[in-house]
Amino acid sequence: MSIKLNTRQVGDVSVVDVAGRITLGEGSSALRDTMRDMVGKGQKKILLNLGEVSYIDSSGIGELVSGFTTVTNSGGQLKLLNLNKRVKDLLQITKLYTVFDVHEDEAAAIRSF
Amino acid sequence: MRENKHQVPETVERFLDSTLDSVDSAEEIAVGVAQRAGFDDDNLTRIGMAVRESMVNAVVHGNRYNAHKKIRFSVGHNSHQFTVRISDEGEGFDFESLPDPLAPENIMRTSGRGIFLIRSFMDEFQMRHLDMGGTEVTLIKYLVSK
Repeated sequence: MSIKLNTRQVGDVSVVDVAGRITLGEGSSALRDTMRDMVGKGQKKILLNLGEVSYIDSSGIGELVSGFTTVTNSGGQLKLLNLNKRVKDLLQITKLYTVFDVHEDEAAAIRSF
Repeated sequence: MRENKHQVPETVERFLDSTLDSVDSAEEIAVGVAQRAGFDDDNLTRIGMAVRESMVNAVVHGNRYNAHKKIRFSVGHNSHQFTVRISDEGEGFDFESLPDPLAPENIMRTSGRGIFLIRSFMDEFQMRHLDMGGTEVTLIKYLVSK
């Protein structure tokens, strides 16, 4: 399986641990479905833990943007945690790094909501 | 990246199906050739991503997953440069009409970053319409600093 998603609750924050590849096809679809499902259930505070993401392509970046827009439009917040160099570099060169609230520490990320 | 003085020039050519599996195959082949050409890990990552984005364009936008349409894929290097060529059998598109993904009005779009990323990762990127129809893209990365 190219992507593995694990959702857990820390207080009123939903943390999604993402591992593997967020690429066109299975990876991006799974992430999209998970975030839509969470928004549909009324979850307003979502933290994507990308620490175990080995690869992301432009489709994966698109899903992060789509998720951000969907969550924000529903009155919620989507934040990112544990970006590795590859993901960070991609967000920076696409000028998306400053769009997202990015954290390196989970406890601090949880407190920031 | 170190100078490539001793690696043997190599060329690999394939006709690939218009599937996402072909995207993976092309990326793997290209990274293998690039590794043997002497690129370091950072450049292997950039090359892999550029090839992936180019193949996705050919599969999704060019051939539209059409099982009757093939993608011509070639990758090779000589002592000076590493070159990938990918051509599809699609209807082509207006190269000049590509939106700038960095423009403020496009930043939050969910697509449209592929070619921008290819240009960011490679030293040269060329597109041309093929006489028989379809689009060919050429990706080049230098082996020796120019």
